Amino acid sequence: MREFRLKSVEFRRERKDTWRELERLLKVADSGGLRRLTPEELMRLPELYRATASALSVARAISLDRNLLDYLEALTQRAYVVVYAPKRSLVDLAREFLVEGFPRSLRAMRWELLVSALLMIAGAVIAYTQVRADPEHFYSYVDRDLAGGRGPESTREELLAVIYSDVPGSAALGEFSGFLFNHNANIGLMAAALGVLGGVPTAILELQNGLMLGAFVAIHAEKGIAVDIWGWLLIHGVTELLAIVVCGAAGFALARAIAFPGAMRRRDRLRIVGTDVGQVMVGAILMFLVAGLIEGVLRQTIQDRDLRFAFAAASGAFWLWYFVRVGRART
Amino acid sequence: MTHPREGGIRREIVTPEGVPLRFEVAPFGARVAAFLLDFLAQLLLGFAFSLCFWTAARIFSVNDATGGLTAAVLLGLRMVAWFAVWNFYFIAFELRWRGRTPGKRALGIRVIDRHGGELRGSAVCARNFVREIEFWLPLKVVFLSPFLYGDVPGWAVPLCALWALCLMLFPLFNRSRLRLGDLVGGTLVVVEPRPRLMPDLAAVSEGSGDLIRGSFAFTPEQLEIYGIFELQVLEDLLRKQRVEPEVLELVAEKIKRKIDWPRNQWRVPTRPFLEDFYRAQRARLEQKAVFGRRQEYKVR
Repeated sequence: MREFRLKSVEFRRERKDTWRELERLLKVADSGGLRRLTPEELMRLPELYRATASALSVARAISLDRNLLDYLEALTQRAYVVVYAPKRSLVDLAREFLVEGFPRSLRAMRWELLVSALLMIAGAVIAYTQVRADPEHFYSYVDRDLAGGRGPESTREELLAVIYSDVPGSAALGEFSGFLFNHNANIGLMAAALGVLGGVPTAILELQNGLMLGAFVAIHAEKGIAVDIWGWLLIHGVTELLAIVVCGAAGFALARAIAFPGAMRRRDRLRIVGTDVGQVMVGAILMFLVAGLIEGVLRQTIQDRDLRFAFAAASGAFWLWYFVRVGRART
Repeated sequence: MTHPREGGIRREIVTPEGVPLRFEVAPFGARVAAFLLDFLAQLLLGFAFSLCFWTAARIFSVNDATGGLTAAVLLGLRMVAWFAVWNFYFIAFELRWRGRTPGKRALGIRVIDRHGGELRGSAVCARNFVREIEFWLPLKVVFLSPFLYGDVPGWAVPLCALWALCLMLFPLFNRSRLRLGDLVGGTLVVVEPRPRLMPDLAAVSEGSGDLIRGSFAFTPEQLEIYGIFELQVLEDLLRKQRVEPEVLELVAEKIKRKIDWPRNQWRVPTRPFLEDFYRAQRARLEQKAVFGRRQEYKVR
């Protein structure tokens, strides 16, 4: 006959109720979220978690009971993911992103933004002069599918009919704006992502967009309706073209970080720039969405040319204010 | 009972309290299955919204004089709904359900911070937005480029297919099964731990206290032979719900021979003998461990 006194058994007996309580709270939290817990229980949770974590450390030192060790480890893990769960909701994050993250990140790449904008303008000017000189050049700049049946051979009336068409069947309209949103957002994302390849594809995409724009305006200018097409384009184009330029800027920022990491390691530089690029890309997608909505809803409902320009100017002013002023730290 | 220590890849993270925890990395198959479930849920949600707005738009455009505008707005809303479901499904769930989506919940896996801190909202956003670039963008080029990108050069399609394939299989090429989004967000997907406390074998019965009365006595020399590893193998054996008596018999024989159990006491009830030996051995090894002499394996 012998008697043993095991420290580990004693230890387990003393602490077991704490663990059981934590287990119960976790089960409740798991089935219905933390809101199912009473305020007292909610206060108790991190306490119990810390007690269990320290019990795990002690057990690792004094106990050789493998089931106990595994149990405590699993329990601590389980409590850890609850205690260190995300604290903020989607709404908080969205607000933070809109009033700080996006405009600040974009300001961090203002030179890239300038380059991107200049490329698009250059493309527009080139295509415009080319198509004015010889309208047949139109199709070398604009994809037939995207032109929507319009081309240099369209008459003034045909062109005007598109610009001031009343709702051409609202279902088709929604379809089309959805399609356009997708198309432009994809081009934009592509331009940004291709920054990884050193920025050349990004530059080509920006230029190409400018070319399309220029060619498009040119065939209208030829028929003396330049102002009308600008109204038709700019009502949503202010937002959309800006979004494409913004995507280009993100691509160039990426390319710059890869090509000229400066004093940092390339990896570290990429991590810093990557945060800005990510924020800007998400912001640009939101801009595309806004542009798509304006195009789908407002362009067809506002038929007056001056009103279109007024809206375009207002949206331009809004973006200017947003990018320059919003989220600046007050000094 | 399956031991969490068996099977999957383990990855240690250190909590802010300084306690190292060894999480089991979620297997690739579970990740894929969870993603497919979530994707299906996304499609269902998207189509449900779509149908609602579309039906509403139809009703308005027939009945109302200003139906055109209402319908246009409704269809615009439909677009917004799709957009929201497509981009925020994962983020919303992972924020609200603490690192889980319906798919992950079904598969018993969840997202945690790879460096042992709090799972931050920005990390959740990052890991899910990257999916768009790492997965959907190349797939769109491969399958939808005529519609979306106009004239994509021919060589770009196989290149993008390769890109998509590489990124899809990326988790298989690192031990923590990280996809690109995890790398960017600093996250890790782990198996949901399931704690299960079994009775202490060293206590005669739960609550009977730390004073244990054994029927068999072992000399200190007899307890010097085995180490922690063997002790825990014995623990596993004793914890098994169904174990054949012959196996227990065999193990008992082996132990008796090893520790020079007196021949005249050879024929004793097997289970009580093993249980007592387990207790005595554990007491001895725990005592040694406390004094800094952890004996991991048997000496001979």
